[in-house]
Amino acid sequence: MTAAMRRAPLPRLLAFACPLRAGLLVAALAGAATTAAGVALLGTSGYLIARAAEHPSVTALAVVVVTVRALGIGRGVLRYAERLKGHDVAFRVLGDVRVRLYERLAAIAPAGLRAFRSGDLLARLVTDVDAVQDLFVRGVLPYTAAVLAGAGTVTACAFLLAPAAGALAAGLLVAGAVVPVLTCVIVRRSAVRGAAARGTLTLRIADALVGARDLVAFGARDAAVGAVRAADAVAAAGERRAAVASALGAGLGTAVSGLTVWAVLLLGVGAVRDGTLDSVSLAVLVLTALAAFEVVAPLPAATARLAETAAGARRIAAVLDAPDPIRIPARPLPAPSRPVTVRMRGVGARYEPDGPWAVRGLDLEFVPGRRVALVGPSGSGKSTVAALLLRFLDADEGAITVNGHDIAAYEPDDVRRVIGGCPQDPHLFDSTIRENLRLARSGATDAELLDAADAARLLPWIAALPEGLDTPVGAHGTALSGGSGAGSRSHAPCWPTPP
Amino acid sequence: MKPVDPRLWREAGAARAFLVGTSVLGGVTTALVLAQAVLLADVLAGAFAGRTVGALGPALAALAVVVAARSASAWAGETLALRAAASVKSRLRVRLVDHALRLGPGTAAEGELTVLATRGLDALDAYFSRYLPQLVLAVVAPCAVLVVVGGTDVLSAVVIAVTLPLIPVFMILVGLHTRARTERQWALLERLGGHFLDVVQGLPTLKVFGRARAQAAVIRDVTDAHRRATMRTLRVAFLSALVLELLATLAVALVAVQIGLRLLDGGVSYETALLVLILAPEAYLPLRRVGEHFHASMEGVTAAGRVLDVLATPLPAVPETRARVPAAERMRLEDVTVRRPGRDRPALDAVTLTVRPGERLVVVGPSGAGKSTLLSVFLRFTEPAEGRTGFADVPPDEWRRSIAWVPQNPHLFAGTVAENVRLGAPDADVPRALRLAGAAEFVAALPQGADTPIGERGARLSSGQRQRIALARAFARDAPILLLDEPTAHLDAASAAVVRTAVERLMEGRTVVLVTHDHAWTRAADRIAKIADGRLTVRAPQAMWS
Repeated sequence: MTAAMRRAPLPRLLAFACPLRAGLLVAALAGAATTAAGVALLGTSGYLIARAAEHPSVTALAVVVVTVRALGIGRGVLRYAERLKGHDVAFRVLGDVRVRLYERLAAIAPAGLRAFRSGDLLARLVTDVDAVQDLFVRGVLPYTAAVLAGAGTVTACAFLLAPAAGALAAGLLVAGAVVPVLTCVIVRRSAVRGAAARGTLTLRIADALVGARDLVAFGARDAAVGAVRAADAVAAAGERRAAVASALGAGLGTAVSGLTVWAVLLLGVGAVRDGTLDSVSLAVLVLTALAAFEVVAPLPAATARLAETAAGARRIAAVLDAPDPIRIPARPLPAPSRPVTVRMRGVGARYEPDGPWAVRGLDLEFVPGRRVALVGPSGSGKSTVAALLLRFLDADEGAITVNGHDIAAYEPDDVRRVIGGCPQDPHLFDSTIRENLRLARSGATDAELLDAADAARLLPWIAALPEGLDTPVGAHGTALSGGSGAGSRSHAPCWPTPP
Repeated sequence: MKPVDPRLWREAGAARAFLVGTSVLGGVTTALVLAQAVLLADVLAGAFAGRTVGALGPALAALAVVVAARSASAWAGETLALRAAASVKSRLRVRLVDHALRLGPGTAAEGELTVLATRGLDALDAYFSRYLPQLVLAVVAPCAVLVVVGGTDVLSAVVIAVTLPLIPVFMILVGLHTRARTERQWALLERLGGHFLDVVQGLPTLKVFGRARAQAAVIRDVTDAHRRATMRTLRVAFLSALVLELLATLAVALVAVQIGLRLLDGGVSYETALLVLILAPEAYLPLRRVGEHFHASMEGVTAAGRVLDVLATPLPAVPETRARVPAAERMRLEDVTVRRPGRDRPALDAVTLTVRPGERLVVVGPSGAGKSTLLSVFLRFTEPAEGRTGFADVPPDEWRRSIAWVPQNPHLFAGTVAENVRLGAPDADVPRALRLAGAAEFVAALPQGADTPIGERGARLSSGQRQRIALARAFARDAPILLLDEPTAHLDAASAAVVRTAVERLMEGRTVVLVTHDHAWTRAADRIAKIADGRLTVRAPQAMWS
């Protein structure tokens, strides 16, 4: 498991972009051309002025004048292309990651989800997946563009004065890679501390807002706000500490760019004196160096973004790598035919490999037409039996057979088609009553829905609603009263007619 | 959506202090940028004229000092900005939670508010550390550059002065066009997050009905739709980037060409031309940066605006306490009517009811008849639209001090079992409350007894166990009035029996209103009321059983 997580989560997310690499390359080239055009504009202008100071004829400058104007126009167009293409690619990758993550979650739910707390899931799924978009737009693209544009600029300078080009290359490298990475290393420790504080804060806020009724009724509102305030103080203090460190990067960046220009100037002036550089080229060299740091300007933010995304990528990878709670057959048997006979022989199951047994030594037989009632106090394993039969969990011992074949030899959805379930606390989706009822049978007509509602004694209640079946249920069914919510919950399982 | 929301400055003192600090630093930075340009031009012109490194020494040394000062200023500015952002976010976050809780339960969507209070406000970081300092520079730097350039070369100053104002004009034009769309994008993103979470939380239900896989396609469709909508917005929003780059670079090109041609004629000196060329981009740079950060930082402003909207919702008026009548003698409703938005039929319809002190009233009725609304009125979660109550002149917080409530779905908070029991009584005897609630046994079996963390929303406990913790909470509260909502619904027979015994123990010596659809509870009642379609009729217990 740890080995799988160490397999660099960031490259794994980047791999999602492979089908879109052409688009990514176009965006990166456009980005590189944009910055290069800016650098070239100032360098060429420097040449224009220095050459003009030598008072040649106007025709000697005609080409330079046109170049300067073209660079002035081209930059805007290139920038537009880069931003649009980059965002489009990022959004497409985002969609892929979201769907892949969902499919994985769907495969491991609900037994594999026990490790995740719901508030964490909220932060995890909304924030981390959205951060994937940033990974490309603000992380990968600026780096690619900077490397291309920076290499071009240094090469151009090398034709003028090699030592100055060396100084510029070193300066760009330090400002674009060393300083940002250094900043990240400084910030990392407080960021790790910050993540725990953020998690607590999110949990406290969610707790206070979701549990508002209980808090207010029991006069504990101030205590809950106090808990949020305390968690917030810890998180905010962490952010303030991180601020000093990440701002240090901004200061260092300015220092490195300033010193590089200074060094190029010093080397250039010396070279002019030695006669290895003419004074027109000096102006070009210094102005190019001055503009060159625009190339690495976005990199500190990009590196921070990459580091932030790395934590999220690790969490996404953890979900993608979560072990299957059940065995899925490579070549499943055809769906079990009805009537269905289910036998459990010496079945034992637990939720974690070393955890306590949820059930053990269980023998049960379900034959067509017979009703078996499973009675026991809470925590005795009734839900586990349901989870085993619904293929949410695999037995660790013994055998479960459906029509004489191992239950694990069938496609899990086929098993669920013949073994209906009634979860203890079914989820009501934030949609209309109609959509919630249709869960069990997607094509059901209104008449069928109303028949089923009648069977669950919900018909008078639905009829009394102003919008009838179109009434929204609210998040978690909050728009419904407790009784009717439970009614429409317990109603849904009436649909399939499992034997 | 203004770039600078005046409410934000009124709300957060840290923001005001920051604005002053960042303005000062903006001035310092601008002065250093000018000094750097003057020194660079001086050295380059000196070298052009054939002066040696030694002769240029003082200017080179001064340049190094300017570089050091600029670095210090950049470091200080960013520190200031990030710290201010942390303070402002912290203040808004706590105020939001506090205000939402004071507004009363159920007035706002809790999931949306949670996202807003955490992720939403985080967007303010970019606003403070990138946008605002650049906004200050965008005002200070161009003016300073114009003054310096104007002092040396008027024609270049005119070119800059003519093109500069076009940038904000275009920015505002594009901004006006994208404003509504950006706000809609934010709402869409929030709904997308809500939908994703809803689907993930409902995964077990979806799997039972074999619909889990179909949802993957729905998620892809929703995400694709979001991408298309966002790209439509961005196609226009990025026009601002196009226009800004175009104006800035084209203006620099124009300045370079015109001053180069005049240098050719000997109209200006080489040093002046260099100074103008180095300074010209500096006039546009802050404006361009403002444009770059505008898009990202407006998300923060929108989130802050939504927080400020919630904070602007007035709190319900709290009445002055009058005569000190015991709470148990105030349990009166007269012609109380409650309406829910979007429903024709009132949730409670002219209900008149007096609960006598020490009486056990059981209210029975079908789902949706108004049972929970009745308790909600007694809890002061719902203010009646019409009618009078015996407790209207008591401040709600004080009134609730006399009430213990056992809700249908008690919310268990992240924390230990003991902390959950002590919710309404910080000094309560927890072991006694657990024992009375019939919870002592299973709590003792937990790894750390009553000090065991119960996990978010009580994830480690069964419904019956959670219900018993809620009962222990009510025992610890030890209030004269007891309100119970379906205490044994959804429980298995064994759990229900334990809970029933505990509830009967809890009812002793208290004024009780118990609402249920389970007629078995009527055996414990002094009086029985029936509720149907929001109308309440009171009967004696004998009448029910005859």
